[in-house]
Amino acid sequence: MPVVEAKQLEKTYIAGDIAVKAIQNVSFTIESASFVSFVGPSGSGKSTLLNMIGCLDPPTKGSLQVVGKDITILTRKQAAIFRGEHIGFVFQDFNLIPVLTVFENIEYPLLMVQNWPKKRRTEQVNTLLKAVGMADQGHKFPSQISGGQKQRVAVARALVTNASLVLADEPTANLDRTTANHIIELMKNMRDEFGTSFIFSTHDPKIVNNAETIFTLEDGQLLKNGGGNHV
Amino acid sequence: MFNIFNLAFRNLRRYMRRTLLTSTLITLGVVAVLLFISIAGSFKNMMIGQVTDSMLGHMQVHKKGYMASMDSLPLDKNMKGKQLQKVTDELDQNSNIEAYSMRIKLGAMFSNYKETTNIRLNAVNPEQELKTVPMLAKRIIEGKKEGLIAKGEILVPELIAKGMKVKIGDSIVLVATNKDGSVNAQPFVVRGILEGISGPGGRDGVIHIHDAKSLLRINDNGVSEIAIRLKNIKTMESDFAGLKQNIGSLKNKMDKPVFEIHTWKKLSPFFNIARMIDLMTLFIKVMLVAIVLVSIMNVMIMAVYERINEIGTIAAIGTVPNKILSLFVVEGFLLGCFGTFIGVIISLVSIAAMNASKISFDFGRQKGLLLSPTIGATDVITISLIVIGISVLASLQPAWKAARMDPITALRHV
Repeated sequence: MPVVEAKQLEKTYIAGDIAVKAIQNVSFTIESASFVSFVGPSGSGKSTLLNMIGCLDPPTKGSLQVVGKDITILTRKQAAIFRGEHIGFVFQDFNLIPVLTVFENIEYPLLMVQNWPKKRRTEQVNTLLKAVGMADQGHKFPSQISGGQKQRVAVARALVTNASLVLADEPTANLDRTTANHIIELMKNMRDEFGTSFIFSTHDPKIVNNAETIFTLEDGQLLKNGGGNHV
Repeated sequence: MFNIFNLAFRNLRRYMRRTLLTSTLITLGVVAVLLFISIAGSFKNMMIGQVTDSMLGHMQVHKKGYMASMDSLPLDKNMKGKQLQKVTDELDQNSNIEAYSMRIKLGAMFSNYKETTNIRLNAVNPEQELKTVPMLAKRIIEGKKEGLIAKGEILVPELIAKGMKVKIGDSIVLVATNKDGSVNAQPFVVRGILEGISGPGGRDGVIHIHDAKSLLRINDNGVSEIAIRLKNIKTMESDFAGLKQNIGSLKNKMDKPVFEIHTWKKLSPFFNIARMIDLMTLFIKVMLVAIVLVSIMNVMIMAVYERINEIGTIAAIGTVPNKILSLFVVEGFLLGCFGTFIGVIISLVSIAAMNASKISFDFGRQKGLLLSPTIGATDVITISLIVIGISVLASLQPAWKAARMDPITALRHV
């Protein structure tokens, strides 16, 4: 079963009297356990597309199925529940909660979203901390770790709920080249270890090469008839 | 819900500076309200004590119609015979009554053999009177206080003593008209000078009840009023209702009520001042609570503004809007509880300290009045619940704003 299936997807923003088409007639399919990158220049619609797949922004037209569910009909609350169950997020600015420790940041979705019991939570967080190579950093606050470490924590938080899909919007934009490659490598390893699909956006051509499937966006449209360029 | 409390508590602990700032505001509000209530209450109780314990008693019984013509001190509206017996029997049986005093109130001419003026007099049985209004003796500013009054003596009101230039030990004459219209005179020795206080009877002189009877040529046991002292003034309303039921319902042959009974509230104009104090206290409470409300709302709005990015993140990773709302409301609730708890502790310690240090002050002509602030458990609980409720209320708008925030907009916020 494809993890994402988009057909004739459109997104139009209204700014005053002007309608801006951010995404136009986009169709694609992403299989499970894929490692996919959306690439394109700034303003090409990468983030908009990721937001739509992540149930953060509903499409204006078209159909969009994520993990077999038509997400275009979800209410705000249903969308939040769906995200909590199936989707993990990695952000460009890491978006760790500054007053929570590394451990608590990773634990947060299990505590507030999925209500796991404490013992099971602790085991899961420790597993993820180990998987991202942060086992001895759990007690530290985000301000006490480096950018690369923050993004590792963000990857762990995205995976902690056993999400089927992780969406990463420009996850390496604030990292140096070496760290960026390490993060991409980490995400690939996580895909291999947990079978999670990773979809990330980037406009950095050197990072793009790490993706297994590449979709190129330009002016809100998919190039090459919307098909993925398999590397 | 436990997880939300847990997380809210952790957030408050970690955002320590903001927590301390808001809690301090709440604490200051609670301390201000509780101290104001206790001190204002102390003044009020002191004034009520002055009125009831040195003059009126807690309640008074009169013959029906006496109150309406009280200014003329009518002698034909005295209670006597079987009527009086019924009242005293009822009062004797009532275990909530500490004491009662039977009085004859009369008007007379006061002469120092050179000049004459009019005077209002309270004729009392000194033993009964001292039990009923124990602070009356303290109003004797010159002369012997012990025993209050003896036969042939008079306590002269301060203003008359000054105006007529009489001193302790001077002889004076009282001339009075009895209810039949005949006039009688009787000499008295000035035993003391009585301080005047505001309110009915506050500028009356005092003589022994036997002297009033001989002056007015009263041969029966008739009295104008019975002042009553309760064991506990706090139960006055229920005691009053009981006495009104038993005494107020006694009827004459024409099936009309024989007696009227009133509490000090009806008898003294000071009750209106007490009500104004209560009203003032209420306004101060409302103002302080409003300050707490605005302060918390301001801090919570700032907290939401500071944490927009965090809100976007937790919304994006799947926290439903209701949980975000609950998180911020619980933070407000915990802030309210914490600030209130500290405020109550500080207030109680301050009240205890004020009582221990025996702060005294002068009020008008009264010297060395002791400030004895007290606060009831009901007041503490009520104020605490109001402030905690206000804290929750103040958090609602910012929490609602946080819960309704669009995750994408919030995530883009810098």
